[in-house]
Amino acid sequence: MNKPLRRLLLLTVAAATPLLAACPAWQPDAWTPEEKEALKSLWIGNLASPPPNPSNRYAQNSEASALGHKLFFDRRLSRNGNVSCATCHQPEKNFTDGLPLAQGIGTTSRKTMTVVGTAYSQWQFWDGRKDSLWSQALGPLENPLEHGTNRMQVVRLAATAYGSEYEALFGPLPDLSDTSRFPEAAGPVEDPTAKANWAQMRAEDRDAVTRAFANLGKAIEAYERKLVPGASRFDQYVQALQRDDREAMRGALSEDEVQGLRLFVGKAQCITCHSGPLFTNNEFHNTGVPARSELSADTGRAQGALQVLADEFNAKSPFSDTQQSADQAHLRFLKTGDHQNLRAFKPPSLRNVARSAPYMHAGQFDTLQQVIAHYEQAPKAPQGHSELTPLHLSSKERDQLERFLRALDGPLSTPAELLAAPQG
Amino acid sequence: MQRTTIKQVMSKRQWLGALGAIALFTGGCMSMMKGVPSDLDYSTARATENGAFRLSYKTDPALIPISKLHQWTIHLETPEGKPIDGATITVDGDMPQHGHGLPTRPEVTQNLGNGDYRVEGMKFQMGGWWIVNFGITADGKRDQATFNLMLK
Ligand SMILES: [Cu+2]
Repeated sequence: MNKPLRRLLLLTVAAATPLLAACPAWQPDAWTPEEKEALKSLWIGNLASPPPNPSNRYAQNSEASALGHKLFFDRRLSRNGNVSCATCHQPEKNFTDGLPLAQGIGTTSRKTMTVVGTAYSQWQFWDGRKDSLWSQALGPLENPLEHGTNRMQVVRLAATAYGSEYEALFGPLPDLSDTSRFPEAAGPVEDPTAKANWAQMRAEDRDAVTRAFANLGKAIEAYERKLVPGASRFDQYVQALQRDDREAMRGALSEDEVQGLRLFVGKAQCITCHSGPLFTNNEFHNTGVPARSELSADTGRAQGALQVLADEFNAKSPFSDTQQSADQAHLRFLKTGDHQNLRAFKPPSLRNVARSAPYMHAGQFDTLQQVIAHYEQAPKAPQGHSELTPLHLSSKERDQLERFLRALDGPLSTPAELLAAPQG
Repeated sequence: MQRTTIKQVMSKRQWLGALGAIALFTGGCMSMMKGVPSDLDYSTARATENGAFRLSYKTDPALIPISKLHQWTIHLETPEGKPIDGATITVDGDMPQHGHGLPTRPEVTQNLGNGDYRVEGMKFQMGGWWIVNFGITADGKRDQATFNLMLK
């Protein structure tokens, strides 16, 4: 190398050195203070207990949780005696079902979301059409494609199978023996007989049944609140990083996984929506996910925002355990009728994402590879406006990102007996 | 142990490769902030666009949380510093790079007196560059002020 050229090169390197110190991608384990903050914000050590839910005064009640645990796995809570919450929310599949579209009595138009960590979210379902776990749990019971039952049958089952537990918690159940007042099947459902029966019931009887139905949802929430994620190798890495323990860091994540993490918080901008220790902001985004041709157009949050305001079980409803305006602020200030809600969906938690395939709100992608390719390309949204811009990732970078996502696997921080049907 | 210097082990080709890598890495880092003007004013107190008023804000908590409803208190005064009560004020927020706004419709819910107003329903669903705009009608005048925020 000739002398002037070498000098020029050395000068350039010297000039670039401060930049490198600020952005040390060349050293796998070197992070800027800003990046360290970002990593720490994703660390499970920053995950407190689920926030209180004032709309459910039984949310933290352990007897309610024990009852909810039984209800969650009880297949009798269905039209054909074969569908429980656990049919779609299978503990061994991170409380999802491995299917593109949820399958109960029939096939729905959305993929099953996990229940793990959802107690931290203000909004439930892909479109946030429910504002609590207890109100969420009630929806599928009366959906003809899911449990396909009705609230009267649900409350009847509770009376015969769980009567004493129910009454110890919630007080007396309505006396359902008079079938002229309380028909065998009744509820505001699609089934014409149950619907007609419901319509001709006295208002106070309907109210008593609905109240008991809501209480069962509150018990299910008390159980579901205990389904929280535990530490992954990523969390071990962040913990080691805080002690500056290089050896433990290298033991927790491989070099490729660390590069994937760097992309996650940097160039790939995943962290903008997949933020916080649950790797989700629990809000709604249009990321241009393709539509499934066999399904009708899904407007996502646009519809969900209207539905949650009209929901008979929302935090403002008579079945909510709070009427404080501060506890209802999420409804009061909610934006509806806005273009940005069109085809926007909730980003799911990425914890245990490798066990949650397929992906997206209607299971459009089978693999993480396909998901990453989608974000890389940033196609135009079928409806509304996609927030994505192309990422320009190399195939190596896409691979590193996927490796990092797989390092978010970890056992739940939930007692083992709660991860299976209750014994006895 | 004997240490070799960089100069000893690197060929011309490697040098050029290293320079390319530096350009890539620094480029990668810069792209995190692409599209954010470098000269943004992040001050929390300013004159409104046509100079009719002065407006400032405080947030509760002071460090704005992401994806959480919280409140702001704004203070409205004349250019000379005299507090203005009884104004009508609208609030809106946007992420200029992303083409979306807030997930909420915040409102000024109370005039606290002494030119202070409570703003409820503020919620930012993601980090990054946000603008928050206040439209003000008071003393027979209309004006507006836009604040820049960089949220983490
Ligand atoms: Cu945004």
